[in-house]
Amino acid sequence: MKNLEMNRINKKLQGDKKLLSIYFSAGYPDIDDTVTIIQDLEKNGVDMIEIGLPFSDPLADGPTIQESSTQALKNGMTTNLLFNQLENIRETVEIPLIIMGYFNPMLQYGVEAFCKKCQDIGIDGLIIPDLPVDVYNEQYKTTFEKYGLTNVFLITPQTSVERIRFIDSISNGFIYMVSSASVTGSNSGFGKEQTQYFKRIADMNLKNPQIIGFGISNNETFTQATQYAKGAIIGSAFIKHLTTKGVGKISQFVRDIIN
Amino acid sequence: MVMEYNIDEKGYYGEFGGAYIPEMLYPNVEELRQNYLKVMADPSFKEEFDQLLKDYVGRPSPLYLAKRLSEKYNTKIYLKREDLNHTGAHKVNNTIGQILMAQRLGKKRIIAETGAGQHGVATATVCALMGMECIVYMGEIDIARQAPNVARMKMLGAKVVPALSGSRTLKDATNEAIRDWINNPVDTHYIIGSVVGPHPYPDMVARFQAVVSEEMQWQLQEKEGRSTPDYVVACVGGGSNAAGAFYHYLEDTNVKLIAVEAAGKGIHSGESAATSVLGKEGIIHGSKTLLMQTNDGQITEPYSISAGLDYPGVGPMHAHLYKTGRAEFISITDDEAMTAGLRLSKLEGIIPAIETSHSLAILDQKNFKPDDVVIINLSGRGDKDLQNYIDYFKL
Repeated sequence: MKNLEMNRINKKLQGDKKLLSIYFSAGYPDIDDTVTIIQDLEKNGVDMIEIGLPFSDPLADGPTIQESSTQALKNGMTTNLLFNQLENIRETVEIPLIIMGYFNPMLQYGVEAFCKKCQDIGIDGLIIPDLPVDVYNEQYKTTFEKYGLTNVFLITPQTSVERIRFIDSISNGFIYMVSSASVTGSNSGFGKEQTQYFKRIADMNLKNPQIIGFGISNNETFTQATQYAKGAIIGSAFIKHLTTKGVGKISQFVRDIIN
Repeated sequence: MVMEYNIDEKGYYGEFGGAYIPEMLYPNVEELRQNYLKVMADPSFKEEFDQLLKDYVGRPSPLYLAKRLSEKYNTKIYLKREDLNHTGAHKVNNTIGQILMAQRLGKKRIIAETGAGQHGVATATVCALMGMECIVYMGEIDIARQAPNVARMKMLGAKVVPALSGSRTLKDATNEAIRDWINNPVDTHYIIGSVVGPHPYPDMVARFQAVVSEEMQWQLQEKEGRSTPDYVVACVGGGSNAAGAFYHYLEDTNVKLIAVEAAGKGIHSGESAATSVLGKEGIIHGSKTLLMQTNDGQITEPYSISAGLDYPGVGPMHAHLYKTGRAEFISITDDEAMTAGLRLSKLEGIIPAIETSHSLAILDQKNFKPDDVVIINLSGRGDKDLQNYIDYFKL
């Protein structure tokens, strides 16, 4: 736990600011865009970044992230290449960096080797949607902690109170709150049902702050979500922006969200 | 009896299995896990399941002594005639079981994935039978390749949705079905077609298919005065017909199990589906098992002339049977399978599905003894493959 106290994520979570976190697929639109995108996001006031490690079969993602992931793989992205690209990232970037990816590529790299490499580079945490809580707890928790990595778990509107309490008890950063029963990239705005769910979770007074993701796409949804939570994560909307406007217009996207 | 080869209480076969699923799926899978054994043990469930298997599917399927085939190979070969089931394959045993399960869990909407369309047809069939909404995900490429089965599903009232992502085949159809389930967590049941996916699916599907070996036991008793053969042979894509054929013999090591995989154009040709040889341990569709993948952990696209065998993984039960050596795994090429399919047609008047032809092809490789009793699971009929046979043999 000693390592984690120094973690950039925990420091960031301590302030009063509502946090904007951005997700993108590493190696998209072009293979060499990874570092530029990270630097530009920080420069424009983004608080935290989730770097997507592309996977051939991203079960929890909608079409936008699937396509960017597929394109990144076609561009030649691999786990090793991503680590190479990020080798000197801490010379220029200070905000928390999280790698988000599916479990199989990490398993093939070797979980311990993967964690060690993350620590060497200065990655602060991991989000692995298909690594179940119980398997993490029994098999990998010690390894993650050894390398100072925060592992972030998801909860959804269907997650039981009991399970939320359990997830809270084994988390040591923030809880990734999935806004609705959906894959990533649905953006119809938040209705009453969702705001009630946001409120219900806020009222649980969990030990870990919550950051809301899935369905955040503009200033309105960002504001709504951060009324109830510490921050919000935007993925698909940002990737769409990269697809249509290119990597040169990141400032415009971030400005529109934070306004 | 110690269960060495069946599932443990945590949902693993040895080191394989488990439920590696996103949190969004947890409530759905957990609901199923908590209920499936209870539901299956309920006498009213058993009664309805058995009744439908008998009157609707046409079970028991015959155990047929193939005389001419036996003479040719100088051994005693029985064929378990799953090809005679309604819809033409073993797949319907599972879809009948799962639709009854879905009803008892109060589900209103059914989703399924399909590759060649056999499981899709079997699912559409039981949905028509029960008057339930049915959505079948099918890779865009498979839709083009398997037009007759697409038409069947539509005629049965199902909606066929093309999977447009990734390689646009079975694994992507499975991804789409899983995404649908994430988006519809309350009213929907996902009928997986093989012994794959997160626990409890591999076990549940194996139990529904177990009727195959249950019948073999008493049928063989009637014919041979013994309930156990020397060999049981079945082909493996995901592995549901093999799981059913092996199930009641798993712990009896006097019965030798042979799992037959598709070598495609040759195991090392780059166009193959021989997962036991080419696969490595990893995670696919929520299960820890053997799968074909790059060094980087990206799942690769398998190939076989048989659309039912080109899945990049195998069910966790089979990964365990392979790893422990409990089952012998043999790979059969496209050419060997096609030849064996034509041979069975001419010798016994039975046109097998190309999947099943792979099982028959091992007769040329294994030297069975004259007094061996060999059961080959004839998992499906070849009607759906006629065009393939015609093109291949220029008939």
